[in-house]
Amino acid sequence: MIHLGTLHATLVALGGAPKSIVNLDRPGHYVHWHFIQISVANLIVIASMVAVFLLAILVPFPGHRSKGGQTDG
Amino acid sequence: MADDPVAADDDFVEPVTKTTGDPADAKMWTARLRRRIVQAFPPDRLLPDRQPAYVASWIYVFGVATVAALVVVIVTGCILAIKGPQWWHVSTVGHFVNSCHLWSVELFFFAMVIHLWGKFFMGAWRGRRAMTWIIGGVTFLGSIVTAFTGYISQTNFDSQWISTQAKDGINATGGGALFDVLNFGQMLMWHITLMPIVVVLLTAWHVLLVRRRGVVPPYPARAPRGATPMPGVAQ
Repeated sequence: MIHLGTLHATLVALGGAPKSIVNLDRPGHYVHWHFIQISVANLIVIASMVAVFLLAILVPFPGHRSKGGQTDG
Repeated sequence: MADDPVAADDDFVEPVTKTTGDPADAKMWTARLRRRIVQAFPPDRLLPDRQPAYVASWIYVFGVATVAALVVVIVTGCILAIKGPQWWHVSTVGHFVNSCHLWSVELFFFAMVIHLWGKFFMGAWRGRRAMTWIIGGVTFLGSIVTAFTGYISQTNFDSQWISTQAKDGINATGGGALFDVLNFGQMLMWHITLMPIVVVLLTAWHVLLVRRRGVVPPYPARAPRGATPMPGVAQ
């Protein structure tokens, strides 16, 4: 005999997933340039990593107080 | 005796840095191993209070950010292992922990790749740090294997699709007999036992090597052409 609570939870899991900000129930978007093909999602992640890398180099570190050439570890 | 500090004070605590032991035991393997460990990792180098001034940059944050993300990955993975797939597929708390596991892995790789880029452009293998660089690279590759076996351990249609797509690639290398991506039990064991042990041990080794050799300094400044040579500045 199936427990009603389990059945409800299973139905929710199969069809009642909470709505996401982006509609995921469709094929993904891809960028295609010559032989390079990459999903927009992956491209956004890579662009974010490059942006954060550049910011990490350019943005000054807060609260930097030097004492004898050393900083708090 | 009055001049014996141990006998005079019951609260006397032997310093943890004492490595000599009884001279009669100096040749025992325990004494020799202890001396080697303390010589390689003196406590003030293992856990220093201060770092060189050049470490005060955001680019030096991504190594420890990677370790922090790995801690969350391990903790959430342990909870998922305790509760099981029926829990993480149908329970709201299970969904939450499952999502935390996914997003901590995303952050782990995000921080690790930026850490890798930063160390590459710093030439972080300089100053007898080649092994630190190599261990970091091997940890990165091991993490990819861990993530891929995680994809096919989800117990859903996504994991079935990924494993059936991956089998052709693995079989093309000839490794399918040893590493069968359609064998769920084998992949789950790789993901939750073998690879976490490998990645955590390699990470610990990497961090210990960083402590032993210190954080790599920046490249020396270069003087402009025609400038008067200055000590300590490369031409």
